[in-house]
Amino acid sequence: MMTHRQALEVLAAHRGDRIVVTTMTAIGVWAELSDSPLDFAYIPSAMGHAPALGLGLALAQPGRGVIVVNGDGCMLMSLGNLVTLAAHPANIYLLIMDNGLYEVTGGQSVAGANRTDFAGIARAAGIARCYCFRTLAEWRAGAAEALHGAGPVAINLKVEGRLGQQTPKAPHPMPEQVARLQGALS
Amino acid sequence: MLDGPSVVAALKECGVTHVVWLPDSELGKWEPALAGPAGLPLIRACREGEAIGIAAGLLLGGKRPIVVVQCTGLFEAGDALRNVVHDLKLPLFLVIGIRSYYLHQQGKTTDSCPVFTEPILRAWQVAYVVLDRGHTAADLAVVYRQAQAEKRPGAVLIAE
Repeated sequence: MMTHRQALEVLAAHRGDRIVVTTMTAIGVWAELSDSPLDFAYIPSAMGHAPALGLGLALAQPGRGVIVVNGDGCMLMSLGNLVTLAAHPANIYLLIMDNGLYEVTGGQSVAGANRTDFAGIARAAGIARCYCFRTLAEWRAGAAEALHGAGPVAINLKVEGRLGQQTPKAPHPMPEQVARLQGALS
Repeated sequence: MLDGPSVVAALKECGVTHVVWLPDSELGKWEPALAGPAGLPLIRACREGEAIGIAAGLLLGGKRPIVVVQCTGLFEAGDALRNVVHDLKLPLFLVIGIRSYYLHQQGKTTDSCPVFTEPILRAWQVAYVVLDRGHTAADLAVVYRQAQAEKRPGAVLIAE
């Protein structure tokens, strides 16, 4: 296991100039590590749709690369995304932060908590490059390989659940985020 | 008549870059033209809300996609539509098939799709135009161009 922050610190070291789309708990943690126009804190969001949004960005900006930090609860809402990602190859790196909880609603368990093999599902959906890192040491050792090369890539990270989390706030209002991102990509 | 080749030609003339879709039995007839050598990049989604999310990413990335789905998918995709149109304020454009539209007009169906499609679009504050058998791809292009010129979302409803 690793904390959310530890997991994202590793990501920050490998992010490069790629777009990073964050959801739920990752929004607040990532804002402590990065403030780039290429960061897109997806809140207010349509929960479950960050991988789709990331795929659209990756198809629109094929030379850029897009990293989506998704929660396990978010992922479960749109498992079909994995099939779509496999069907439309693009440089998208999908991190699934797997703590078995809906943290921001009070820590209720997600369906299939601690039983679901997200990397296995992604592989079965047709994504060739799938990883599961259960410890910080594993993630540190494998991040360079997992986060580089051709996408799509699915990365399941086992992170500690935290109770008492609040609904995250975006570091910038959505209109400003959209303008910053579009400005950086134009 | 809204046939595949004329629709694809009109979309290309409008500058549409991608079609994200989950077709129904009527819109699906456009597939040979969309996926053919003179077609457009066609992105096949698994659910309609996902299609809207993909279109949002394409719009953020500077492309000009449209989303093609059936009204049943519109019903499923409400949260994605709300978010993209009202939170992200992106000029999403949808082509939506209304199942059983003609039968409903004639009082010959109990299908509830035609009852709810237009009220739902009005609730989401998306301007739309219904296109029936008398319309052509040029009419679709007019609606698309107007929405783009006004930098707002829009939709055409295809009567089925």
